[in-house]
Amino acid sequence: MSPDLAVSLVYIAYAFAVLLTFGAVLTWVERKQAAIMSDRIGANRAYLRIPFTQVKLVWWGLFHGMADGLKLLLKEDFKPDAYDRLAYALGPWLAFAPVMLVFAVIPFGGTLDPGLLFPSLADWFGGRTYPMQIAPLDAGLLVVFAFAGISIIGAMLAGWSSANKFSLLGALRAGSQLISYELVMGLTVLGLILIFGTVDLVSIVEQQSGTVLGFLPAWGIVYQPFAAILFMVAAIAENKRIPFDLPEAESELISGYFTEYSAMKQGMFMLSEFIEIAIIAALFTTLFLGGYNLPWMTDAGFVLPGGQLFAMSHGWVVVIQLLTFLTKVLLLCSFQILVRWTLPRFRWDQLLTFAWRFLLPLAVANLVVTAVAVWAFT
Amino acid sequence: MSRRRSYVRKRYWNKPEMGWWERAYLFEVVRGLRITGGVFLANLWKWMTGRKGALTAYYPEEIRADYAAHNRGKHILTQRPDGRPQCIACNMCATVCPAQCIEIDAAFDPDDAAHPKYPSRFEIDYSRCVFCGFCVEACPEDAIRMLKETPALPGFDRGRMWLTQDELLNWQPRQDVAKPYPVAGRNPPGDAP
Repeated sequence: MSPDLAVSLVYIAYAFAVLLTFGAVLTWVERKQAAIMSDRIGANRAYLRIPFTQVKLVWWGLFHGMADGLKLLLKEDFKPDAYDRLAYALGPWLAFAPVMLVFAVIPFGGTLDPGLLFPSLADWFGGRTYPMQIAPLDAGLLVVFAFAGISIIGAMLAGWSSANKFSLLGALRAGSQLISYELVMGLTVLGLILIFGTVDLVSIVEQQSGTVLGFLPAWGIVYQPFAAILFMVAAIAENKRIPFDLPEAESELISGYFTEYSAMKQGMFMLSEFIEIAIIAALFTTLFLGGYNLPWMTDAGFVLPGGQLFAMSHGWVVVIQLLTFLTKVLLLCSFQILVRWTLPRFRWDQLLTFAWRFLLPLAVANLVVTAVAVWAFT
Repeated sequence: MSRRRSYVRKRYWNKPEMGWWERAYLFEVVRGLRITGGVFLANLWKWMTGRKGALTAYYPEEIRADYAAHNRGKHILTQRPDGRPQCIACNMCATVCPAQCIEIDAAFDPDDAAHPKYPSRFEIDYSRCVFCGFCVEACPEDAIRMLKETPALPGFDRGRMWLTQDELLNWQPRQDVAKPYPVAGRNPPGDAP
């Protein structure tokens, strides 16, 4: 086994562990945060009993997600009478897989030097270093948008193949909504590409490690605060969550495009939605919040504005970078849940008007101003 | 003969009027997020400092203090001064009960000349009780009452949801103060010998 393969496998295992954990934990976070926001207690009854004892681990209802997952796995997989077999089976996978794939190009840490971490294997690694990213692609940001586009197909296939009018309506809504907001999302990110001059996400994050004006961290949100807000709005709409949850509006369409799905197929739609929360948070962190960077931190340690250096070993730097990234992602997930439990749903015409008449002109204006500024200062 | 008036659309007084601030949407969104986020953080701080940050009562574990004084809650059987049930096993309550959830076995006690009939078994099936209070109204002896506290209803087994005579009598023992009984061979005042 070559060292490259070993490192890649470790990265992939880490990505799967992080994403699936986020997917499972976010179901709990969503319930609990919603409960606390509205003066309720929230799920707190499911428990794990330690075998042969009467010790019950409740842990603030953390195991409710487990109970739900078990229920979804054990339920009957009910299929409607008239449905398109292939498309029906493909739907959940096409909604789930692209969401997971997006994480392949997101750098979740700085540069890893495995030879420094494991001195006994230093010869094997031969001094090579690896950026903490599964697929080091130059076209990182473009790949993100390509995969986001595929997930539209998943929703539309699911809605069309289940031979149900509610599903079809949900699929239609999903298609037009996702296409509209994809556009806004792309235009907001264009300004960032102009500033950083690359679509390689590793390079984008590395350029955010310095400081502006001597003390501000050089994060994307400092350069492009307006684009950050627009991006967040468009991203929540991409995820089809309240206030943009028209494709699956319960009061209108039962569950929209996955009405006819049951058991784990429906569970995959749910899981992909929760993982997408984490993916959006990771993307936002990467593009606007400096990724794994803490302010005034470099690969050697902390450098305070005065020029004082607190040196740290490579192992500590890696751990702090990983934790920084995860913390930022978790906080942003929490913010998205806050939005979801605060705002009421749009009407359908309002939704499209909001995208085309409000967000799109603002995104274009932001892009023009950025382009002029970049042209003037360079 | 009145001429027909042409139709004029009614103007509603509460036509929503939004200024540009509200119509820009994002500012009001931020205001809403501040409110909900503030509630969230305040409640979270309460939970983290060991207090309860919610208005909800933990249902079976926690008994709310603010039940109405007339709440029809858990049943009790009143006692005679000697601790025996005041019930005379007349079966009025079991007859009137719309849920048919009261079961009484009558027994004969030759030692108590005044009340020879008494219940050897008096049980209420709380998996069927509808808390209508008819049993209390039907009772000629004021032997059954309903207190304002609710019973601990939730359970995993219907068989265990029966309220036993022991609990009926002794959970919160009450005596009927309006109906004095002869104590130690003396008749109550006003009662002809």
